[in-house]
Amino acid sequence: MNLENLTRTSGEWLRGTGPESDIVISSRIRLARNLAAFPFSNRASAHQKAEIETLLRERIAKLELDAPLEYINVPGLSQLDRLFLVERHLISRELASGDGPRGVALLPLETVSLMVNEEDHLRLQVMRSGFALDEAWQDVDRVDDALEQKVNYAFSEEFGYLTACPTNVGTGMRASVMLHLPALVLAKQIDKVFRALQKLNLAVRGLYGEGSRASGDFYQISNQVTLGKSEPAILNDIRQVIPQIITYERQARSTLLKESKQSLQDRVARAFGTLRSATMMTSEETMDLLSSVRLGINLGLLEDISMPTVNELFIHTQPAHLQKLMGATLDGEERNAARARYLRSRLREPNPN
Amino acid sequence: MKCQKCTKAATLHITEVLGDDQYDELHLCEECAQKYLYEPQQKSGGGKSGEAVASDEGDETAVSQRECPVCGVKFVEFRNSGRLGCPNDYQEFREELLPLLESIHGDTRHAGKTPRRLPQTKQTQAELNQLRKQLHQAVTKEAYEEAARIRDRIRQLEEN
Repeated sequence: MNLENLTRTSGEWLRGTGPESDIVISSRIRLARNLAAFPFSNRASAHQKAEIETLLRERIAKLELDAPLEYINVPGLSQLDRLFLVERHLISRELASGDGPRGVALLPLETVSLMVNEEDHLRLQVMRSGFALDEAWQDVDRVDDALEQKVNYAFSEEFGYLTACPTNVGTGMRASVMLHLPALVLAKQIDKVFRALQKLNLAVRGLYGEGSRASGDFYQISNQVTLGKSEPAILNDIRQVIPQIITYERQARSTLLKESKQSLQDRVARAFGTLRSATMMTSEETMDLLSSVRLGINLGLLEDISMPTVNELFIHTQPAHLQKLMGATLDGEERNAARARYLRSRLREPNPN
Repeated sequence: MKCQKCTKAATLHITEVLGDDQYDELHLCEECAQKYLYEPQQKSGGGKSGEAVASDEGDETAVSQRECPVCGVKFVEFRNSGRLGCPNDYQEFREELLPLLESIHGDTRHAGKTPRRLPQTKQTQAELNQLRKQLHQAVTKEAYEEAARIRDRIRQLEEN
């Protein structure tokens, strides 16, 4: 796959379409699977890992999906390209930084990603723009069924799909919905929402998963339990709670408009002004300012910029994306200058597009 | 030798592994040894967490050092890394894993999707497990011809 072609788009998860897409960014489901006849990746010898990779790569190549999958050999990628795929949520950090033979098979539309020799032998991931857990489940279930015809999964009737880490055993499924919650953050109500979610056994993470802080006010809500519940039941737990959070966010937004419209307007205008005039810009600051701009557009406070452009800027200003767009590897300082330059060029007035 | 906690003869000798080449040796009579082994459980008030603690501090050597015959991983390695070594570990360490699964998931039994070709898979899985073991032994014995034969059989099963 030509990664350069991907740099020009924003990818499936920031496409900005789909149901409730002003708040729900994307829906994602991943399944963890292992081959019955091999030790788990962490215990497999280099030779076994090579065998696992060859076997899965061959079987994946024979899958008949809507479009042909492209297989990328991860060790053959530069550090920059690996980070680029991480930023697009196409591979995990673990797959990017691991060792030994490993790879990922992708659909050109970036909706399907099959990781080989991650923590588990196989991680199947499906991503959809907006609030679309059911569609994502149907897709990943279908890919799983097709692969199951070709390989022997490690499965026990008692414990379900067997995984390297017992936190994934059973369905092996992690379903997550990414939300943009700037008003709840501004209103300092976000912690209350999280505490409620934790009581429901749902996990909350930042934009780039485990341990990452919620930059840009993006939050991923996902299930923690994988054993003892069916996939539809797990999805239902998440599906039921998302509309409530959407309602809270909308309430917080209308309260902000009612009670502090002027300061909100000022905040949005300053964010936009900074983005298109600053000469040095860190990734973190960019995310925070873009978050305010995104909120401003959704509330009709800002009309000089379109939603697809903002969504695209969120990903294009990430370190690896930026360097690929600039066609050069840049250190921190250079990157901050390049990021500001890029933002200025994209937000220059009068906006030609 | 006398028991360290009473005057009876010490019949049980327990070596506690404290990590980093540090050991603690205990010489106890049967009665005191039992008390000693069950003490942690009482401390934490019994119940599920108690069982976990008991296996943490109680029969440390027995459980922790037991290893899976298929992949060779020891239970103590799993406890340190949080990662199991192979699918067979779920059978091998079933008793130790059950309380853990209960506390993570609130359940210990799968209720989701089942692979459609399960009957065949189960049988094949058992055979594959067996073959893996044989392969490991063959390689250890440096019986490479036999190993190659076993590997071909594994491939064949994988193909089907």
